[in-house]
Amino acid sequence: MALTDDDVRHVARLARLGLTEDEVGALRGELSAILAYAERVQTVATADVPPTSHPYPLVNVLRADEPRPSLTPAEAISTAPQAEDGRFRVPRIVEEVEP
Amino acid sequence: MTAELLTSGARELAARMRAGEVSAVEVAQAHLDRIAQTDDRLHAFLRVLGDDALATAADVDRRRAAGQPVGALAGIPVALKDVLTTKGVETTCGSKMLEHYRPVYDATVVERLRAADAVIVGKANMDEFAMGSSTENSAFGPSRNPWDLQRVPGGTSGGSTAAAAAFQAPLAIGTDTGGSIRQPAALCGVVGVKPTYGLVSRYGLVAFASSLDQVGPIARDVGDAALLLEAIGGHDPCDSTSIPTPPPSYGAELERGVEGLRIGVVREFLATEGLAPDVRARVEEGIARLGKLGADLVEVSLPHAAYGLPAYYLIAPSECSSNLSRFDGVRYGLRVPGETTEQMMARTREAGFGREVKRRIMIGTYALSAGYYDAYYVSAQRVRTLIIRDFAAAHEQCDVLVGPTAPETAFPLGAKTADPIAMYLQDVFTIPSSLAGTPALSVPVGLDDAGLPVGLQVMAPVLGEGVMFRVARALEADLALDLTPRGPHALEPPAGGPGRHRELVS
Repeated sequence: MALTDDDVRHVARLARLGLTEDEVGALRGELSAILAYAERVQTVATADVPPTSHPYPLVNVLRADEPRPSLTPAEAISTAPQAEDGRFRVPRIVEEVEP
Repeated sequence: MTAELLTSGARELAARMRAGEVSAVEVAQAHLDRIAQTDDRLHAFLRVLGDDALATAADVDRRRAAGQPVGALAGIPVALKDVLTTKGVETTCGSKMLEHYRPVYDATVVERLRAADAVIVGKANMDEFAMGSSTENSAFGPSRNPWDLQRVPGGTSGGSTAAAAAFQAPLAIGTDTGGSIRQPAALCGVVGVKPTYGLVSRYGLVAFASSLDQVGPIARDVGDAALLLEAIGGHDPCDSTSIPTPPPSYGAELERGVEGLRIGVVREFLATEGLAPDVRARVEEGIARLGKLGADLVEVSLPHAAYGLPAYYLIAPSECSSNLSRFDGVRYGLRVPGETTEQMMARTREAGFGREVKRRIMIGTYALSAGYYDAYYVSAQRVRTLIIRDFAAAHEQCDVLVGPTAPETAFPLGAKTADPIAMYLQDVFTIPSSLAGTPALSVPVGLDDAGLPVGLQVMAPVLGEGVMFRVARALEADLALDLTPRGPHALEPPAGGPGRHRELVS
């Protein structure tokens, strides 16, 4: 699997990961080599073998719904890079619409 | 006196504190002094918690003097890998992304250490977000191997294993996703345990690959490692992947010997290309000793083990790309401003993550992306099934499996940083148990031709830690190795230590 620079940029965009042009070039080679190595799994992973996502069979784990102490809102946002009025502050994500 | 406090193990220290021969404050101070004298060269710690440690130790002394009960680890210094959250104390994961992050809660493992009255002396260095095999991926500089300061301690829990090996703390906590406790334990000459997946809570463990991550103990002998696992193991309602089992208790089982046990020697491991001849020789000698001690040695096969590494390098990056999406500059950690939210996120992640983390996010994002999901991620999960079946078949024939922990001993800093796959190959023997979710440990089995430690891996079935410890303990007792780091480039042992170390001080 040989990747192109555009493939690398596309995947970086999906991952919301800024890359310098040098990094794009380096990752193209590295990812191609790693994926070529990883492709070995396909030689034994036949369709009759079910996939395992989790090594210990626990599903739909429930616990009693009992009230207990939790973080206060102030604690929950205390680690935020920017906060305002008890909320996480981010750059505008919705454009203003003319009424 | 001080040197003896440093070279004593956790159980010995506990006994001496119980007997009133030494106080918890004296024990804590001795270890903090040792860290102060050595960590400029070893760099096992990202943060030393001297005041907290002394306050905890003083509290233990006060309660003991008042006749009040104290916990199972009362006054025992512990190094904590900086991937477990500590309330109000920086938890960086070795990353610039979390350089100033101070969590608002303690991980369950940390709560249990505190409940056991352990003395947390510091946060240990690690590869960034637990990705690597040498600690060279730490954004804050690598740790060194106490056996040779020009070599790596292994990784990713290299700070934790270096601290234990260098007598900075008798106990340490690490985490293991594909070998990150066992491989550095082997390279530093200590015992490192990856418990059964789900035996130790992951609540408050900053996630890398959630179906593989597991917290485990590191110590200078098997008994101390078992003691630490007893303190941190058992069900936690805060972790839905936690196995509903009470805290484990190993007790006298450790000393039962190996007579009558069937021990499987993994054929493929010993035949692996790239296994250093002297590592292979030490491991084979260790296995032969287990035979002499009365174990029944059986050759077994894990035919799909060779596919473990490629499967791991699809599964772990896929899970990592999802888990690390939380570092987006919004809720915690670094933020680099941008015109739009998307630009802010991309710039934050560009500046906050190092090379290896970016590489794995990219592999994982690619493997999960449209058109490739079945070919990569699902294929890797099918291989995981095959490996689980291999282990199940092998354990039908034998109680535990043995083989090497790592293909080679500690390598020089920089030797593998330019070649990701060469670095990944460090984990070729540890990854199969990680994929299967089964417990495995590394126990020192001797030194290579250059005088560096070699680890033997013991692998057991799900929740088979008891028999795993028993085999490791039998080997440890028979070998009776001196595991004081020594050699031309070694860190000096504690000053005024036992006579046999004196010549190394001068």
